[in-house]
Amino acid sequence: MAVQPLVRARDLHVSFVSRDSTVKAVNGIDLDLVEGEVLCILGESGSGKSVTLRALMQLNPKGKTVMSGELNVAGNDMMTISDAKLSAMRGKVVSMIFQEPMTALDPVFTIGQQIGETLMRHEGIGYREAEKKALDLLELVQIPSAKRRLGAYPHELSGGLRQRAMIAMAISCRPKLLLADEPTTALDATVQIQILLLLRRLQQELGMGVVFVTHDLGVAGEIADRIAVMYAGRMVELGSVTDVMAKPLHPYAQGLMGATVHAGNRGKRLTTIPGSPPDLRFPIPGCAFAPRCQYVGDACREHVPDFRYPAEGRAVRCVKAEEVAAA
Amino acid sequence: MLYYIFRRIIYIIPISLAVSLVCFMLVHIAPGDPIDAMVQPDTPQEVIDRVRAEYGLDRPLPVQFGVWLAKVAQGDFGTSLIKGRPVLPDLVSASGATFILACTGGLLGFVLGCVFGGLAGVYRGTWIDRILLGTAVAGVSVPHYWLGMVMVIIFSVNMNLLPAMGAGPGGSTEWAWDWAHIRYLILPSLTLAVIPAGIVTRTVRGLVSDIMSQDYITTLRGKGMRRRGIVWHVVKNAAPTVLAVIGLQLANLMGGSILVETVFAWPGTGMMLNTAIFQRDIPVLQATTLVLALFFVVLNLLVDLVQTAIDPRISRR
Repeated sequence: MAVQPLVRARDLHVSFVSRDSTVKAVNGIDLDLVEGEVLCILGESGSGKSVTLRALMQLNPKGKTVMSGELNVAGNDMMTISDAKLSAMRGKVVSMIFQEPMTALDPVFTIGQQIGETLMRHEGIGYREAEKKALDLLELVQIPSAKRRLGAYPHELSGGLRQRAMIAMAISCRPKLLLADEPTTALDATVQIQILLLLRRLQQELGMGVVFVTHDLGVAGEIADRIAVMYAGRMVELGSVTDVMAKPLHPYAQGLMGATVHAGNRGKRLTTIPGSPPDLRFPIPGCAFAPRCQYVGDACREHVPDFRYPAEGRAVRCVKAEEVAAA
Repeated sequence: MLYYIFRRIIYIIPISLAVSLVCFMLVHIAPGDPIDAMVQPDTPQEVIDRVRAEYGLDRPLPVQFGVWLAKVAQGDFGTSLIKGRPVLPDLVSASGATFILACTGGLLGFVLGCVFGGLAGVYRGTWIDRILLGTAVAGVSVPHYWLGMVMVIIFSVNMNLLPAMGAGPGGSTEWAWDWAHIRYLILPSLTLAVIPAGIVTRTVRGLVSDIMSQDYITTLRGKGMRRRGIVWHVVKNAAPTVLAVIGLQLANLMGGSILVETVFAWPGTGMMLNTAIFQRDIPVLQATTLVLALFFVVLNLLVDLVQTAIDPRISRR
């Protein structure tokens, strides 16, 4: 039975246009997500992962953003959707949690009010009922003394509690798709694990599809079903989390795994990837990773490599995939 | 919170004392002797000394201050050197006239300022913003007494639409809310509104523009909030600062409308001060300055309390 995918993106391009320059943040990515699946977009700063995430909700700044390609989220064509339908979708069908809860929450409203207003907007209920539901949500995300915390302002809560409050706000209307933009990056390590476990549990209970953006391999390993590695605005490797982490095929992914502390690297020196990511104002004609790649050849510099599919569910954008795999 | 309010009200006492001391000292530091202004040029010295002693102006300054303060505490604001009448009743009616003018001008200015500033902040960088900001800057830069005179020339002299002077037909000082009186209010309050409008526009514009670039606005859009919901969030975030600015502007209007009142011969405290300064009418000067300064103090307190009440980030202890 063909399941309609939750997210389907084909050849998505996102650029930011300003008076001085055009930044090509996303250069042709394909994305697929089915319901209940957790996809992790892995990449470093500037890879375009946050921009991709926001593009799924059309949340990039309106005046400056230029998008092209095909994008379909929960059956809606996001490239041509009307503002009214978009506003109705956000928070109800697709929701986002942000990296820094202190700035992402309004400081002059209580968290009870902020959760409640989402419910009142999408479910048409009154204030009393919204308050009651907000209380249930706070308990669902395991905030202690939930009743007291309903009337708390964001600056009165710790980082972990704020993030839980934001999660409660995002899942309040039971969205089908949850977009997470590095939600644990700003938290301490112990709190990070708690939030990740909470997210995983909520995802399973509510059956949400999740696109989780992070730069941390450990986080990806903890929460993802599938991983997509992004570099300079393109997907360079896709696969299930176990496959990609055990046997990365793209030189960049390999470099990432070699540079991370994990069980497979025990006893070995960590490697580094020389150079730095390209400036996206000046796109390179060939493979964006070519200047830093140890396997680079002439074909790499001429045109952007197409995807190769070495195995079921695996994709690599590298002409030297077999050679890299053997290494 | 109640304890906070109580404490702030108690603070008014030492503040008022300091304010009255400064008012008292300022008047006496200024050059010019009222007795010399009052008597004939060739009056013999003994007569001058006797007149001076009668008014108590020959005692040492601290004594004069103490005497004056004691009287003020009992409600006796002294007697005008020039008019020979007690100061207090005139001060009360003048304060009323200024209050009407200040509130009307203030209301006009604040409403205009909030609307212009809000629009300019939302559409920052566009031509709307440029026009509104330019208007605001012009409003703050133009000398308002000049503007008052220009308005008089245009609307009173040339077009004969509105009266040029006074607060009521026939120079009366009794106020009534009917058209006959309101037409006297139009020009002066418009003139007075220009500066607060400009200041509030710039403040609101900066605030709104800053708020719109905050992360929580993105969160609100991401939750699917409609425009009205987002505006409510912007208003509540801007409110503490805007109210503070408005409160202080109101205090300014009460005390600073001297020039406009003089241009339009509006019988308020501004005119009273102006006249007293030229006539060296010390009791009137002291009393008026004190009342205006106290008004500032009270208004400041109100502004602080309102800010504490609506901004949850300010400590309430």
